[in-house]
Amino acid sequence: MKAPPFGYVRANSMDHAFRLLAEYGEGSKVLAGGQSLLATLAFRLSEPSLLIDISRLSELAGITRQDDFVRVGAGTTHTMLGRDSLIQAHVPLLNDAVPYIAHTAIRNRGTIGGALAFADPAAELPACCVALDATIIAGSSRGERRIRASAFFVGLFVTALEPDEIIIAVEFPVVRTDERSVLMEIARRSGDYAMAGVALWARVDGLVLHAPRVVFFGVDDRPVLASGAGTALDGKRADAATVELAQTALDRDLDPPGDQHGGPALKRQLARTLLARAVAQILTQDKVARA
Amino acid sequence: MNTAIDIALTVNGETVARRVEARTHLIDFLRLDLGLMGSHAGCEHGVCGACTLRVDGVIVRGCLVLAASLDGAVVETIEGVSDSGEIRDLQDAFVARNAAQCGFCTPGMLMAAADLLAHARKPKRDEIREAISGNYCRCTGYQAIVDAVEAVAKARVFRG
Ligand SMILES: Cc1cc2nc3c(=O)[nH]c(=O)nc-3n(C[C@H](O)[C@H](O)[C@H](O)COP(=O)(O)OP(=O)(O)OC[C@H]3O[C@@H](n4cnc5c(N)ncnc54)[C@H](O)[C@@H]3O)c2cc1C
Ligand code: FES
Ligand code: FES
Repeated sequence: MKAPPFGYVRANSMDHAFRLLAEYGEGSKVLAGGQSLLATLAFRLSEPSLLIDISRLSELAGITRQDDFVRVGAGTTHTMLGRDSLIQAHVPLLNDAVPYIAHTAIRNRGTIGGALAFADPAAELPACCVALDATIIAGSSRGERRIRASAFFVGLFVTALEPDEIIIAVEFPVVRTDERSVLMEIARRSGDYAMAGVALWARVDGLVLHAPRVVFFGVDDRPVLASGAGTALDGKRADAATVELAQTALDRDLDPPGDQHGGPALKRQLARTLLARAVAQILTQDKVARA
Repeated sequence: MNTAIDIALTVNGETVARRVEARTHLIDFLRLDLGLMGSHAGCEHGVCGACTLRVDGVIVRGCLVLAASLDGAVVETIEGVSDSGEIRDLQDAFVARNAAQCGFCTPGMLMAAADLLAHARKPKRDEIREAISGNYCRCTGYQAIVDAVEAVAKARVFRG
């Protein structure tokens, strides 16, 4: 199918983009990599009258370290994220997530800002942001504000962004030497959106996990922080009995609706399996490489 | 509001200046405006890979890029990399191994395979599978395609 007619303007500065968004309001949409937006337009799921191209804005580019944070510009493509040495050293979970996101040709254009704003419930990066307690920086002609990832994803394809706001960057805390993270998912075909997936972050001391953050994706309308499972794992030797308790807690943390992949029972089973695998992997992760 | 956009870009080494409708995808611009029918349009929403081609040196989905956004870009299609001889060995291997049947997926498959071979010196079979995992083939069952790409990778290493 083809998209209906619309207008196109390439923003030449952040202010230009803000002005256009404020002027055209809900009838306009920003265009980043276009890897989700152009597909939804072709299906006529949305019919904006104006696309504001932000893909060449230098204000949205770049990955920099600032004290205890790594700041990732919203225009960073998935490919760049997967290759960046600051990300590899300081936010390895993002680096691990990239191969799971679509395919090379799509990763070359799709951006982190676009993935977070699109907020697909089965997407990897939103879950990583929640697991890592990232902060999303949104701007508009009214100024900038900071939104914690846990408050950013509010429903199916719905975020806390106002219609005139653009994501400018995402800030991730730099991992400390005792911190580990793991991303896993189950998909029918490599690169497809996950049937279910998990991002796990924790401080690891021998066989004990501290303050773990277990975040599932593809099991609800947004990333789900499984706090019951996290509590069950916290501060205990992560042996088979502990994992089983965490899996039981998971049954209360999650309330998965069915989707095209299957019903709630399947989602629960996948989540239990992923939790056990993720805990096993985080315990054996190579410490030196991550330090 | 601008629904017609003027762009000037390089397509297979030649400068092209055109006025395009804002909603025109790169794949349709190439096929319908420029008559370059090599890249195919299948699903038109990013899933099948038939439209895979190069923009500014990296592979993209031709159906998920607006022509209007490409002012100043460098586009290379299957016609370009064929004429330049860049993928001659891959094309020969596809013929030799019967890696193309109806041929619908073949241009996109070749662009994806060429991209892999440009980045990985001696990819293993599972890496080849991963690299073409975004390209559907409804005919060959993929084995022959993986064989062809593997053969070229080995031959290129041998040639040095
Ligand atoms: C076949 C296929 C498979 C895919 N598989 C996966 C997958 O497995 N996992 C996954 O995570 N993704 C997947 N994707 C989606 C891909 O990751 C997209 O790149 C991403 O979801 C959107 O990024 P984009 O830059 O292309 O955004 P666009 O498509 O340009 O925009 C998406 C939405 O976000 C808005 N937007 C974009 N940037 C901003 C910003 N800075 N501030 C505010 N709003 C903004 C747009 O207005 C639009 O509403 C897949 C896509 C395809 C086509
Ligand atoms: S036509 Fe572009 S991916 Fe199918
Ligand atoms: S040869 Fe027919 S689709 Fe691949």
